[in-house]
Parts: sequence; structure tokens; C-alpha cells
Amino acid sequence: MSEWFAMDGYGAYVWGAYAVALVVMLWDITAPARARRQLRRRQPTRPPRQPARPGQPT
Amino acid sequence: MKLPVWFHRLGSPPSFYRIAGKAIPWLLIPTILLTIYGLYGGLVLAPADYQQSDAFRIIYIHVPAAWMSMAGYALMAVSAFIALVWRMKLAELMVQTAAPIGAAFTVITLATGSIWGKPMWGTWWDWDPRLTSELVLLFLYLGVIALAQAFEDKRAGRRAACFLALIGVVNVPIVHFAVTWWNSLHQGSTIRVFSESTIHPSMKWPLLAMAVAAYLYFIASWLARTRVALLEQESGAQWAQQELKGNRDV
Repeated sequence: MSEWFAMDGYGAYVWGAYAVALVVMLWDITAPARARRQLRRRQPTRPPRQPARPGQPT
Repeated sequence: MKLPVWFHRLGSPPSFYRIAGKAIPWLLIPTILLTIYGLYGGLVLAPADYQQSDAFRIIYIHVPAAWMSMAGYALMAVSAFIALVWRMKLAELMVQTAAPIGAAFTVITLATGSIWGKPMWGTWWDWDPRLTSELVLLFLYLGVIALAQAFEDKRAGRRAACFLALIGVVNVPIVHFAVTWWNSLHQGSTIRVFSESTIHPSMKWPLLAMAVAAYLYFIASWLARTRVALLEQESGAQWAQQELKGNRDV
């Protein structure tokens, strides 16, 4: 097991690369939830908009 | 040329929001399974490389991330094309939501490549055609985000960003062919579509699994980001307000 972690002496490089990828992926995977929370916080102040005219493609 | 009606229906914010919400779990489940197989196969089962020993295992994140950084740009450019030609508002928004994901994959590519380069080439960075064009790809992604925010009028900014996204697509083949057109420090591809790959199957299959996982993840993240962006854009509409007030799911 410890031999596996050592990666034939390249352990720091291999695990370092995987750690960087993990951090970036965690940033991305949590981004929608963070944006949603932010949106919810400032939501109640806005008045409702008039309904859009029918038949308009968006 | 006209787009089919179902395409426009899909582009209506509430129906896109609903359908995308249903699709996300079905994309994430295979993503997780493929990642588990890919990591186990790549980090444990695959034998050490005869030249690079265990350092080669960085390939299982570096190469899928690199492929995705290019494929993601192509997807973003297609979205920009649809936005510009058919003036589809949702496509404009999706250019903006694709850019940060593509940038994330590009950052992973550059960082893991740099970490891999140190023990194998003896340097963290070199102004080599492949490395430089991948860095340009990162700047293009960031440019698409920055340009959209540089305008007072949100819509005008997003449309300008669509042009940049479309023009920047010329960089994608440059990244891909950089290793064959110029003399490069970077190695050529070992996975081939039209001839036999020069990589052993025990090393190849985990790599392909990770690549498919990256692709499915990109789509899932793209849909999730677009859903939230739609809520923001339509925050005056009743369905969006209900969604924000009501259930707390993501």
C-alpha cells in the first residue's frame, strides 16, 4: 500500500496533479448551488414582472 | 433555414429548466461509475510505463481534461453560432455558462501538464506550440466571460462574446495539430481513431472511460449552470419566483 502511494518516487507529482484536479472540479460542481443561494438572498426585493406577450419566441 | 418548432419549445426558459433538471442525474450517475472505473483501472490495475514508470498515471486526468477543454470550446462555439444566426436567447446564455466549465478543464490541463513536465522534461513550463496554444485557449474562455460583462447592456455584451467565441474556434485545431505541425516538446497522440492506438489496452480503457466521464460531466455542469442563469434572467417571471421560494433542491 505505501509502495502504491510512493508511485515509484513520483508520488508528489502524481498526487499533486490529482489534488489540483479535485480542487478545480469541486469549485465547478458547487458553482450552481452557490449562484442559486446568492440569487435567493436578493430575490424578495423584486416586484413581479408583467407577463410576456404571447407568441413571442424567446 | 428555419429551426424546428420543438427546438424553440426547448428554448423556452421554463421547459428547458424542467427538462434539464430531469436530465442531470442521468448524466451524473454514469459519470460517477465511469470515474470510479477509470481511476481504479488507471491508478491501480494498469502497469507502470516502461519509460515513465508511475509518473505516466497523470495521463488519466491530463488527457481527458485536455480533450474536454477543446471539445467544450467547440460546443460553446456551436452555441454561439446558433445564438448569432437564429438570435436564440437561451443559446447566448449557454455560451456564458459553458465558458467557466471549459476554463476549469483548461486550468486542470495546464496545471497537471506542468506537474507532469517537471519530472519528465525537467521544466514546469516551456513556450512550446502545444502548451502556448492551450494557454491561448484559457485566455479565450476568460475573454468570453470578461467581454460579456464589459457592456452596460447585458444582451449586447453576450452577443459580442458570441462573436469572440466563434472567432476563437480557429484555435482548437491549432491546439490539436500543434504536435504534428511544429517541432514540439510535447509527445504526439497515442490514442488513434483511424489506426491502431499505440497504447496498451490495459492503459487505454481507463483513459477512454475518464474521457467519456469528462464529457458527461461537462454537459451536466453546463445544464446546471444554465438552469441557475435562467432563474436569474427570468427572476421576474412567476415560475422562477416559485422555484426560488419553493423547494430547496439544486
